Amino acid sequence: MSFPLLTATAAVPALGAIATAAVPAARRTAAKWLALLVSVATLVLAAVIAVRFEPGGDRFQLTESHTWIKDFGLRYDLGVDGIGVALILLTTLLIPFIIGAGWNDADPLETTSSRWRPTQGFFALILAVEAMVVVSFEATDIFLFYVFFEAMLIPLYFLIGGFGDRAHEHGEDEAAKQRSYAAVKFLLYNLAGGLIMLAAVIGLYVATADDLGTGTFSLPQILEARANGDLTLGTNTERWLFLGFFFAFAVKAPLFPLHTWLPNAMGEATAPVAVLITAVVDKVGTFAMLRFCLGLFPEASDWATPVILVLSLISIIYGALLAVGQRDIKRLIAYASISHFGFIVLGVFVMTSQGQSGATLYMVNHGISTAALMLVAGFLISRRGSRLIADYGGVQKVAPVLAGTFLVGGLATLSLPGLAPFVSEFLVLVGAFARYPAVGIVATLGIILAALYVLVLYQRTMTGPVKESVAKLPDLRVREVLVVAPLIALLIGLGIYPKPLTEIVNPAVERSMSDVQKKDPEPDHAVTTDGGWFDYQPAAQGETADGGHK
Amino acid sequence: MESLIGLLVAVPLLGAALLLCGGRRLDGIGHVLGTVLSFASFGIGLALFADMLGKDPEQRGLHTTVLSWIPVEGFQADVGFQLDQLSMTFVLLITGVGSLIHMYSMGYMEHDERRRRFFGFLNLFLAAMLLLVIADNYLLLYVGWEGVGLASYLLIGFWQHKPSAATAAKKAFIVNRVGDVGLSVAIMLMFTTFGSFAFGPVLGAAGETSEGKLTAIGLMLLLAACGKSAQVPLQSWLGDAMEGPTPVSALIHAATMVTAGVYLIVRSGAIFNGAPDAQTAVVVVGAVTLLFGAIVGCAKDDIKKSLAGSTMSQIGYMVLAAGLGPIGYVFAIMHLVTHGFFKAGLFLGAGSVMHGMNDEVDMRKYGALRKHMPVTFWTFGLGYLAIIGMFPLSGFFSKDGIIEAAFAKGGTQGLILGAVTLLGAAITAFYMTRMMLMTFFGEKRWQPDAEGNEPHPHESPKSMTVPMILLAFGSVFAGGFFAVGDRFLKWLEPVTSHEHGDPAYGAGVISGAALACMAIGVVGAWLMYGRRTVPVVAPRGSLLTRAARRDLLQDDFNHVVLVKPGEYLTRGLVFLDHSVVDGVVNTTAATVGGLSSRARRMQNGFARSYAVSMFGGAAVLIAATLLMRAV
Amino acid sequence: MNPVNYLYLAALLFTIGASGVLIRRNAIIVFMCVELMLNACNLALVTFSRLHGNLDGQVIAFFVMVVAAAEVVVGLAIIVALYRSRHSASVDDASLMKL
Repeated sequence: MSFPLLTATAAVPALGAIATAAVPAARRTAAKWLALLVSVATLVLAAVIAVRFEPGGDRFQLTESHTWIKDFGLRYDLGVDGIGVALILLTTLLIPFIIGAGWNDADPLETTSSRWRPTQGFFALILAVEAMVVVSFEATDIFLFYVFFEAMLIPLYFLIGGFGDRAHEHGEDEAAKQRSYAAVKFLLYNLAGGLIMLAAVIGLYVATADDLGTGTFSLPQILEARANGDLTLGTNTERWLFLGFFFAFAVKAPLFPLHTWLPNAMGEATAPVAVLITAVVDKVGTFAMLRFCLGLFPEASDWATPVILVLSLISIIYGALLAVGQRDIKRLIAYASISHFGFIVLGVFVMTSQGQSGATLYMVNHGISTAALMLVAGFLISRRGSRLIADYGGVQKVAPVLAGTFLVGGLATLSLPGLAPFVSEFLVLVGAFARYPAVGIVATLGIILAALYVLVLYQRTMTGPVKESVAKLPDLRVREVLVVAPLIALLIGLGIYPKPLTEIVNPAVERSMSDVQKKDPEPDHAVTTDGGWFDYQPAAQGETADGGHK
Repeated sequence: MESLIGLLVAVPLLGAALLLCGGRRLDGIGHVLGTVLSFASFGIGLALFADMLGKDPEQRGLHTTVLSWIPVEGFQADVGFQLDQLSMTFVLLITGVGSLIHMYSMGYMEHDERRRRFFGFLNLFLAAMLLLVIADNYLLLYVGWEGVGLASYLLIGFWQHKPSAATAAKKAFIVNRVGDVGLSVAIMLMFTTFGSFAFGPVLGAAGETSEGKLTAIGLMLLLAACGKSAQVPLQSWLGDAMEGPTPVSALIHAATMVTAGVYLIVRSGAIFNGAPDAQTAVVVVGAVTLLFGAIVGCAKDDIKKSLAGSTMSQIGYMVLAAGLGPIGYVFAIMHLVTHGFFKAGLFLGAGSVMHGMNDEVDMRKYGALRKHMPVTFWTFGLGYLAIIGMFPLSGFFSKDGIIEAAFAKGGTQGLILGAVTLLGAAITAFYMTRMMLMTFFGEKRWQPDAEGNEPHPHESPKSMTVPMILLAFGSVFAGGFFAVGDRFLKWLEPVTSHEHGDPAYGAGVISGAALACMAIGVVGAWLMYGRRTVPVVAPRGSLLTRAARRDLLQDDFNHVVLVKPGEYLTRGLVFLDHSVVDGVVNTTAATVGGLSSRARRMQNGFARSYAVSMFGGAAVLIAATLLMRAV
Repeated sequence: MNPVNYLYLAALLFTIGASGVLIRRNAIIVFMCVELMLNACNLALVTFSRLHGNLDGQVIAFFVMVVAAAEVVVGLAIIVALYRSRHSASVDDASLMKL
C-alpha cells in the first residue's frame, strides 16, 4: 500500500494543532514557530500532491479508501481531482501567510494571568481549520465531506468570537459585544445551511438505497450509477435534494441574500482570520457547488440555473455597490468579496468550460488577492487602531511601502490585466457571454464598480494631506514585507503565466461539463487556427472588397 | 529580429521593476537609469525599423509567439507580438517622444523627492504602451490598454498629497474603465463570433460575418476608444488629468496614450469597413469632440487645460478621419504622429513657462514672456504654427489630408464633415493665437503672490530645452517629409489600405479654404487679445464662455445624472442590506429568542409546581392511552 | 374478599400521597407523602400479582422497596442539609433552581 498522501496532508496540521495547543504558556514564541513549521510542512505535502497528480489521468487520483461505519455505508474515502488539487494548494499556501500576518495578534494582554494561553489556542485553531478544509477538498464520500464541512465551524466560531479585532470606534466593550454577535451569527447561518444539507444527504442515501439495493454515500459510485442509468432520481426528488445541498453551499459561499453574516464576521475578526474565512473556508462552498451540485444533480442544476444566475448577478452588482457605501475598511473588503463570489458562482453555473475553468482559477486568485489586500489593511488597522476609512488620509506619504502593497492588492481586486484575477474574471465573463450574452454584459458592469470601490478606498486612506493621527505611522516591518511580497509575486506570476494551474484544472472541468452533458456554444464563424497566427493582408482584402483602389 | 520585439517591452519593464522595487539605493541614479533604458528601447525600435526598411513593403510584418498565456478549452490566448508598419510607427513615436520627455523630466523633476518613482512610472508607461501597439491579439492589447491606464492613474496622481490630483487620477481611471467595458464586450463578441480574438483570424474573417455583428463589435470598440482618447461622451477626465506633472501631460495625455483609441480603430479597420453604421458613429463622435474640445480650449485660462481641450479636439480630427474608412486611415495616423510632435512640444513649452513662473498656470498672469524665455518662445511658437496648420509646417499637411478626406466622403455627409473640420481649423487658430498672445506678448501681468514671492521668469535648463528644440524640428519638418511623394501613405498602405475618394473640389481649393479659415481665427484672436490689454481677472463673459469654462457642463451633467443618483443608490442599498436583508434574519432570531424567554418563565424553581406539571403530564398521557384503547 | 378492593385502597392512598406532595410545604411531610405514593404502587403491584396469578408484580414491588430505601437515604440527607443551611424545611424556600 502506498503512502497515504492525502491523509497525511490533513493529519499533519491536525496533529500540529494538538501539539501547538500543548505548548506551555511561557513558550509562546515556540508555539508560533511550531505552527509556522507545521503549515510549511503541509504546504510541502500539498506540493507533492500537485506533482504526483496527473492532469490527464483518472478522475479521482491518489485515492484512499477505508470502511468507517459499515452498517450505514459510511466510508473514509479520499481522492482529488484537478479542482481539488488547485484548492488544496491555495489553502496550504495561504496558511503560512495567515500565521505570519497574525504573529502578534493573539499575544495575551499583560493584565491576564500567566496560565492563560491565547496564543497557543489561536494558532492551534488555525491549523485545525486548515486540516478540516483540506479533508473537505479531498473527501469523495459525501457524508465524510459533510462532517468536516460542519466541523470547521467550531474552530472558526472561537477564532471569530475569541480573537476579534481590538479596534472599534466605540471602545473595547462594544468590540467584544459585536464580536460575539458576529460569531454567533456566523455559526447560526452556517449551521442552518448545514442542517438542511444533512437532510439532503440522508435523502440521497435513501434514494440510492431504493435504486441500488444498498444505500451509499460514495461520490464515485453514485456518479457511475448515474452515468450508466442504474440510479435515476425522480425529477422532484432530484430538485429537492439539489436545493438542500445548494442552500448550504450558498450560505457558505456566500450568495445574495444569504450573505449578511460575512461582513460581520470579517469586520470583527482579526485580518488573518478574515482572510481565513473568505479566502479559504468560503471556497469550500463554491468548490462543493462544482463538485456535488453539478455532479450529483445535473438536471436539477440545469433547472435552477436561471435563478442562480440572477442571484449571482445581484451578488456582483449589489456587493460592489454596498462596498462603495461602506465606512469600514474591512467591511468594504467583505462586500467586495461578496461581489467576487457572485462571479465565481456565475462561472460555475453558466455551464461553459471557460466559465468553469475561470471559476476555479477565480477561487485561487481571489484567495491570493484578498489575502494581499486584507492583510495589508490589517497591518494598517493595527497601527492606527481604527477600522474607519475616515480616520485615515495621506498614509502614502508616511508609509510608502504599505501604501504601495495596498495599491497592488487593490488593483488585483479590481482585476487589472497583468495580475492573476484578470485571467479568471475574463474567463468567467467570456464563458457567461458565450451562453447568455445579456448576463455577460451585466456582469461586465461589475468591473466599473470594482474600480470605484478600490480607488475610493485608496484615495481616502492613502492620498491627500497627511492626517495628524497617522503622521507617525511606521512603514511595513520586515515580517510584514515577508508576508506580503510573496503574495504579490504570485499575483503577478499567475497573471502572466497561469498555465500550470489551467493544465491541472482543465481536465476536471471537462469532466464536470460532461457530467451536466453540456457543450460549449460554437462560434458563428469558427476560424481555423491550427497553424496559429496567419498573416492578414488587409491590402488584398481591400482590393477584393472594393475592386481595386486608386 | 523577432526576438528583439519582446525586448522592446522588456527593457522599460525592467526599468520600472528596478526603480519601483529598488528602494532608496537607486534614488541617486534612478532618473538616469530610467532615461537610458528608454533610449535603449528607442534604439531597439530604430534597429527594427532599419530592418523593416530593407524588406519588400508587403513582407515587412514580423510575428512571434512568446508563450501560451491562457489555454482553456476553446479559448486560447497567447502572448504574441506582431510588428508591422502601423505598429512600427507607434513604436518610434512612443519611444522617441518618450525618451525626449524622460530627458526633459530630468530637469523638470530635479527637486522632487519622489523622482525615482516618477521615472519608474514613466518606464512602466512605456512598457505598457509598447505592449498595446505590438500585441498580436485583442486580449493582450487589453493588458497594455489597462497598463497605460494604470500608469496614467499613477502619474496624474503623482502629487497625491494634493486632493485634487488624487481625485483627478481616480476619475481618469474610472472613466477609462467605462470604456474598458466596451473593449471587454468587443473581445467577447469576437470570441463568440469567430472563436478567436487574435488580429489575424478576426480581421481576416471579418468579411464573412453579418453586418449586425460587425456593427456591434465596432460600436463596442468605439466605446473603448472614447474612454482612452477622451472623446465625447467619455471626455471628462482629460481636463482634470492636467493635475499631473507637465511631462506626463505631454507624453501620456497628449502625444501617445490618448491616441490609443485611434490606433484601435485603425487597427480594427477590417471590422469598421464592414459596418457603415459603426463608421458613422465614429465620425459623429470625432466631429462632436473636435468642436467640443476646441470650444473648451477657447475659454480656459489655465494654459494646460486649454492645451488639453486642444488635444481632445485634435484627436477628434483623427477619430473623424479613422471613421471615414480607407480614405482616412493614413491621414488619421499621419496627423497622430505630427500631433505627437507639436503637442508634446507645446506641453513641454507650457511646462517650461510654469517652471519659470513658480508653477503658475493662469495665462492671465503671464504676458511678455518672450523676452525672458527666448528658447521656449521660439519652440512654442513653431509648435503653434504647426498646430494651426500654417504652410509648410507639419500640421498643415496632416490636417489638410483629413479635411480633404472629409470632403471626399461625398454627399451631404462629406459636406457637413468638411465644414466641421474647416470650422475646427478656424477655432484652433483662434485659441492657439489667444494662448500665444496671452503668454508671450503684451504687458507683463504677473504679481507677487500672497507670500510676496515675485516670479522671476527665466529660461529652463538644457535638459529641458534640448527636447523642446528637437520636438520643434519634428513639428516643422515631419509633415512635409511625410507628405512629399506620399512617403507616409506608401509606408502605411500595406497595413491599413488606402483609397482615394472622389474629392468634390480640387486639392488647391481645400487647402486655400483651410488657410483662409486659419487666418480668420488668427485675426479674430488678435483683435480680442492682441490689440487690447488682457484683464488679469477674467471677465464674466457670455453664457457660452461661462459654460465652456466649466467644460461645457460635462461634470455638472455627470454629477446630476450619475454621481448623485449613484450616491443615493448606494446609501439606499446600505440601508436595505442592514434593515431588510439582515433585518429579516434578525427578526426571525428575535422571535425565537422572545418565545423562549416566555417559555423559560415556567422554570420558577418551586418544586411543587414542577410536581404539578408532572402530574398533569402523566394524567394527559394516561388519558391519551385510555382514549386510544377505547377507540 | 374481592381483591379489587385492594386496588381501590391503593388508588386512595396514591391520591392522598399525591395531594400531600402538591399541597404541603414541609419537606418531611412531602417526603412522607412520596413514600405513601410508592407504597400505594406496591400495594397495587402485589394485588395485580395476586389477580394474574404470577409473581411479576411481587418482584417489581421488591425492586420498588429497594429503590425507595435508597431514596430515603439520599432524600433525608438532602433535607437535613437543607435544614442546616436555611433553618427551615419548607420546599418553597429552596426555589433557586431557575433561570
